[in-house]
Amino acid sequence: MNRYLRYSIPLFIFAIIAAFLFKGLGMNPREIPSPLIGKPIPEFSLPTVENAETIVNKVDLNGKVYLLNVWATWCVSCRAEHETLVRLSRTGKIDIVGLNWKDERDKAQVWLRQLGDPYTINIFDKKGRTAIDLGVYGAPETFLVDSKGIIHYKHAGPMTMTLFNETLLPMIEDLKRKG
Amino acid sequence: MRVFFQILLLFVSLPSLNAATLAEYTFENPNQGEDFRDIIEEMRCLVCQNESLAGSNAELAVDLRNEIYDMMKSGQNKDEIIDFMVSRYGDFVLYNPPLKPTTYAIWFGPLVVFLIGGLVLFRILKRKSRTQETELSTEEQQRLNNLLKQSTDNRDVNQ
Repeated sequence: MNRYLRYSIPLFIFAIIAAFLFKGLGMNPREIPSPLIGKPIPEFSLPTVENAETIVNKVDLNGKVYLLNVWATWCVSCRAEHETLVRLSRTGKIDIVGLNWKDERDKAQVWLRQLGDPYTINIFDKKGRTAIDLGVYGAPETFLVDSKGIIHYKHAGPMTMTLFNETLLPMIEDLKRKG
Repeated sequence: MRVFFQILLLFVSLPSLNAATLAEYTFENPNQGEDFRDIIEEMRCLVCQNESLAGSNAELAVDLRNEIYDMMKSGQNKDEIIDFMVSRYGDFVLYNPPLKPTTYAIWFGPLVVFLIGGLVLFRILKRKSRTQETELSTEEQQRLNNLLKQSTDNRDVNQ
């Protein structure tokens, strides 16, 4: 074997390792693949943020494609994405269902009054038990759910217009076509 | 010096502060307690990803510990609880990932690297031993003999 070629082997190995590590730098460790893709959303029976007496069940959400957005007033990133959610809801392209996670009702109500309410329904999960069933490990998280209650996509982190237009909207249109 | 030891003692005792948070989980059956500790040691806290559920004080970790505790209290066994967690959070929640096509790289990667290393080492050693065995050319043999003769002569002179 050529002497120079042989000496370049360690350099070559280093380059491969460096390439992997560099790729790793750009990856988000919070982006964990959800085992719930393709599965139905869990059964639940919870009140709404607006009214402790109004109980919402899983079946009440069926019939429409919607985004299920996990949020809380203690969550800074939720504050950051809120404006995007309000804008999204105004486009009329998608319904957004809220899952208020381990929060206080009055604080959540004030938040919605002050910042605008993008949600068609807002479920109040005080104990976070439904969030556990959804595999939620941080807020905000957004699920794309079809009219039969099947989860098709999950995004951990704030929703952005780019993500919505480029990734979610094609999926939404596809799901709406299929009914 | 005394202050130094006090500070040292503080650092040494810090890990046990975590353990103290588990005292609230009591079981009548000691086996169950053991299972419980095993499960939460084997599970990753998804908020602080380098901590186990046992060691983390993140709110989600506390909730999940409580959930697992309730499940154990209601008589569910270890496998059922692990299934429960994996069906929600995926294999990522396990520190000990199961053997399947997506995890082959984790399980067999080190073995493959080890084998490659062994092969390289084997080849290098083999080549070394081969070079040592190669016979000297007549010219080299002649030079070696001269050198050996010279050194013997020198010794004689010195003595």
